[in-house]
Amino acid sequence: MSITRLPPGFKITRDTNTEEFFINMGPQHPSTHGALRLALRMDGETIVEVVPHFGYIHRGMEKQAESMSYLQYIAMSDRQDYLTAIQNNLGVVIALEKGMNVGVPEKGEYIRVMLSELGRIASHLVFFGCFGGDLGGQTCLLFGFKEREMIHDILEEVTGSRLTTNFFRPGGSRFDVPENFIDRVKAFLKHLEGAMKDYERFLSKNIIVLERSKGIGILSAEDAIAYGCSGPVLRASGVDFDVRKANPYSIYDQLQFDVPVTYTGDCYDRYTVRIAEIHESMRILYQCIEKFPKEGPWRAKEKPVRLPVGRYYSEIETAKGLYATYVVAATTGEKPYRIHTRGPSFPHIAALNKMVQGHKISDLVTIMATLDPVIPEIDR
Amino acid sequence: MFVPSITHPVGDFIREWVPKLSAYLPEQLQSQTLDSIAAFLINALLCIIAVCAVNIGSAPILIYMERKVCAHVQCRLGPMRLGWHGTLQTIADVIKMLFKEVYSPSGADKLMFYVAPLIVLIAPFIIAALIPFDHNLIVADIDMGIPMIIAVNGFGVLGILLGGWSSNNKYSLLGALRSGAQMISYEISFAMILLFVVMISGSTSLMDIAQAQDGTVLDWFIFKIPVLGFIAFILFFISSTAEMNRAPFDIAEAEQELTGGYHTEYNGTPFAMFYLAEYIALVTNSALAATCFLGGFHAPCIGVAAIDGVLQMVPGVVWLFAKIYFMIWCYMMVRWTFVRPRVDQLMDFEWKFLLPVNLVLLAAGAVWMIFVG
Repeated sequence: MSITRLPPGFKITRDTNTEEFFINMGPQHPSTHGALRLALRMDGETIVEVVPHFGYIHRGMEKQAESMSYLQYIAMSDRQDYLTAIQNNLGVVIALEKGMNVGVPEKGEYIRVMLSELGRIASHLVFFGCFGGDLGGQTCLLFGFKEREMIHDILEEVTGSRLTTNFFRPGGSRFDVPENFIDRVKAFLKHLEGAMKDYERFLSKNIIVLERSKGIGILSAEDAIAYGCSGPVLRASGVDFDVRKANPYSIYDQLQFDVPVTYTGDCYDRYTVRIAEIHESMRILYQCIEKFPKEGPWRAKEKPVRLPVGRYYSEIETAKGLYATYVVAATTGEKPYRIHTRGPSFPHIAALNKMVQGHKISDLVTIMATLDPVIPEIDR
Repeated sequence: MFVPSITHPVGDFIREWVPKLSAYLPEQLQSQTLDSIAAFLINALLCIIAVCAVNIGSAPILIYMERKVCAHVQCRLGPMRLGWHGTLQTIADVIKMLFKEVYSPSGADKLMFYVAPLIVLIAPFIIAALIPFDHNLIVADIDMGIPMIIAVNGFGVLGILLGGWSSNNKYSLLGALRSGAQMISYEISFAMILLFVVMISGSTSLMDIAQAQDGTVLDWFIFKIPVLGFIAFILFFISSTAEMNRAPFDIAEAEQELTGGYHTEYNGTPFAMFYLAEYIALVTNSALAATCFLGGFHAPCIGVAAIDGVLQMVPGVVWLFAKIYFMIWCYMMVRWTFVRPRVDQLMDFEWKFLLPVNLVLLAAGAVWMIFVG
């Protein structure tokens, strides 16, 4: 690649003794997790600089939202971070509820929390699979997806679809849960407990995994905050911040759970934080099963989704991090003036350059896997 | 005229029968030189057919086996649709592969690009010719078997380096460079372990090595020298996995990092050749492991005459293939269980751990040979 035809945002320093070269990783590459392009400046196999390029699957969701009704935008939120679709629904719905000033009955809240936590486990299982897969253990990928399928079976029975759920509505949800919902979740949790033991044995103490992830891609707490990281990436760097604790929504303030925090900020820490979060989510689910109200309404009285003039903001903790929705209603009606979404993956990719410098190209793959980005959510 | 001939029952049989059959030819065509040349050509043809049959024939079986082992490790069923339990799937895949258009990327060095897969195929075919399949079933029983294997094994690196370089792709080049560094490093351990085997058996001929393990299971080199033999076997397993570029040492391909490494730009038949070479190398390395450590074609006798008699009724070639497929199964289980180390860690492992351990092993083996063996 000639020096004159380098991609934008890419600069070559000529004061090195060795010859640097440029590698284009993506947009079609197995481990960029979607259509993400990374322009790499390499010195041999060592990375000097990485410049991420986005926009390959930009669909203009926020612009489209301006000509959509509020209800239609709930379906759009599924198509952002498709791994945590059900949680994205919740984030949008909470913002709308603030505008409509409706409450949710107790049973409705429990349904929301349970489905959200199932979604969190599903997303972290995908992380587990991709992490192992990106390290070269293809078997991990299948193991992670096996339990995720079970969650999707549950979601399918409850919501009618597996991935893009489009389930929550202002005041509750579309349907009540089926009668066997609690039993299915119970059976699944029992299975998952056994499975997680195997999976952790498979990766957590594997010497090659430890060698490849410890001390790799360290992100300091200051940098994590400066870049706006959230979720497990932030917590792995030693910042105890979780929206569920810091700014509780739904019924999270009534539930007992811990926020796992580790302090090194390397790839292994990001891995252990997510594994610990699976266990915390299971703890939340067990509590929900115990307290789940059998009787009572599951949604508030239906009324048209019309928001009065104003600005409404909600933030929730998805599996990836802080997912915020900002709705601006300029006129009272069914359509927003503007909806903005703050997704967690974008700041993580922005911090990538900070983490990979001086590491090998294999480490870039490991670091990308532990950031767990979902490209459709970056390129909304 | 010099016609190379190696004493061999099948070869001798043909050498004996060609003059008898040539008696039916017209007078003016009969000559001793012609007979020996004809016998040599027939022998050579038989040898080539035998090597091809074993190598090319085992590739589809191995691909099917790999897919099934992989699937069952990953809680899947694998190919199930075409034929009984998907047995015809491999044939369908091969047909698809052969009928694909062959093209090279722009800017590629065309000659090198197409020669590279052929070079990769050479090494495993030559090694297969050196493996003794039974007491009298060997294509080339040469005295310098082990040095020959060490010499020929280096050939594969050349093909991979050429393929990666001529593709005009940075990922291919990175993969080729990684592979070159890796295979050359691990060749040293690989040769060291074979040297250990040579030291115990006192011969560099593979036939002699196999014959030296005659007797019970305890005479196999893996058990003959207590502990040391087993360590040597494990070290051989590791370094041969690296030699073959198989996971977990497949940093040359490293799909997640280099999108396929040196064969990123290959498709159709040239790609099939890389694929074939990988699986034939699996057979030959397993055969080498079986010959050097697991008693070669000898039955696993246990020292009880009644049982040994039954075991020895089974032909040696069956025992050898049983051992080969056991080894292949081990390689496959390892491939689908472990994750891949980083390229510098792989080099560290070879130069800072495997090689010193090998040297210590060699010294310990020598001490054992002096005082016990």
